Amino acid sequence: MARAVVSLPATVKRGEIVEIKTLVQHAMETGFRRTQLGIAIPRDIIRLFVCTYNGEEIFRAEFHPAIAANPLLTFTTVATESGSIAFTWTGDKGFSLTESARITVE
Amino acid sequence: MSARRGGRPLPALAAACVVLGFTQAAPAAEIPSAERRSGYEFMSRETRAMQDDDATNPAVLWLLDGEALWNRKDGAAGRACADCHGNARASMKGAAARHPAWDAAAGRPVNLEQRINACRAGRQQAAPLAYESRDLLALTAYVARQSRGMPVDIAIDKRTKPFLDAGRDTFMRRQGQLNLACTQCHDELWGRKLAGSTIPQAHPTGYPLYRLEWQGLGSLQRRLRNCLTGMRAEPYPFGAPEFVDLELYLMWRARGMKMESPAVRP
Ligand code: HEC
Ligand code: HEC
Repeated sequence: MARAVVSLPATVKRGEIVEIKTLVQHAMETGFRRTQLGIAIPRDIIRLFVCTYNGEEIFRAEFHPAIAANPLLTFTTVATESGSIAFTWTGDKGFSLTESARITVE
Repeated sequence: MSARRGGRPLPALAAACVVLGFTQAAPAAEIPSAERRSGYEFMSRETRAMQDDDATNPAVLWLLDGEALWNRKDGAAGRACADCHGNARASMKGAAARHPAWDAAAGRPVNLEQRINACRAGRQQAAPLAYESRDLLALTAYVARQSRGMPVDIAIDKRTKPFLDAGRDTFMRRQGQLNLACTQCHDELWGRKLAGSTIPQAHPTGYPLYRLEWQGLGSLQRRLRNCLTGMRAEPYPFGAPEFVDLELYLMWRARGMKMESPAVRP
């Protein structure tokens, strides 16, 4: 099973800019490679990443071939209220992975 | 983010060697301990930052797998690593820093992968894991992680000395179609450029590590295969005694340096 690691501060002040880092395990097979016998290796990539903050979408990224394996994303948001930040990666071959983290805003 | 895959292990090596002009005949002296530098110090600021932060070092994904394997019962004995060794943070502290280490049953030094496989076969009664398999890399990285920050501590005695000498010989010997020796690049020309890469001193302190070019985790022997094919010498098979002797020499050569497994390299 694929793994993901997300990191963000657990506690922040209201209005503060929060840096979020996400790392996900995925081969990101481009679809352009062939085996040594010349057989094409089918594309198998993550297509979409979505991040929601208490249910509201705050960040999304579309992925394409030639993005490195085990994609690492860093982005920011503004701390508005305590709650849950959810992360979803979806892609080829039915790939789907969800992770979430709590954040406390003081 | 880079998307280089596979490819040639040492790009444009032949041409670069002509430019560097290898002439030396006598073996170079060992690098004085005050001048020893980990491959980390030759990396860009960005790659160093990637290694330093567990939130961005992709090897963390393998560490999580390794921890799960450590706690999973396996083999005919139905035992987990943890059943005998308990918490790896305590029991495996320093284990990677002293491998390759003498193994009485094998009658020679064994590296960390071989030691783990010896426990799998002998103690768990499970099939040994293949070299470079995801599971062996994950377990090795997890065990090696427990030595991070500790000094390399290789014990050389009467039993291990002949193997150390054999490893040193391999390091000093010219080989392959380019007639190069490891020492020429790694003792004499470290810090200079080979095509786009800075030649490091070849310290094995970060393995297994995440190499951006590999897009994944790999062992020290995989790295050594890259250098050997770059020299157009025939690489030894994974687990070959020649490789373990070379590992022993490299670890001894890096004695006292800090372990940084699992590291990141370009
Ligand atoms: C022509 C020069 C050259 C020769 C000869 C050579 N290497 Fe290398 N080696 C390199 C370069 C360049 C790198 C770094 C590659 C990179 O960063 O992409 C490297 C990397 C390494 C590393 C990884 C160090 C780290 O920080 O992770 C080790 C270990 C190593 N070499 C060992 C050897 C051994 C053992 C031999 C002999 C069998 C050898 N090399 C022969 C050029 C050479
Ligand atoms: C049935 C008990 C048992 C199990 C299960 C077991 N080991 Fe061991 N292991 C030992 C003993 C005893 C030693 C020390 C003696 C020896 O074998 O050389 C040892 C030694 C080691 C060492 C060398 C430690 C050092 O300080 O140098 C490593 C590394 C190791 N084991 C890893 C593992 C891993 C990884 C697993 C699971 C895949 C595992 N072991 C499963 C009993 C076990």
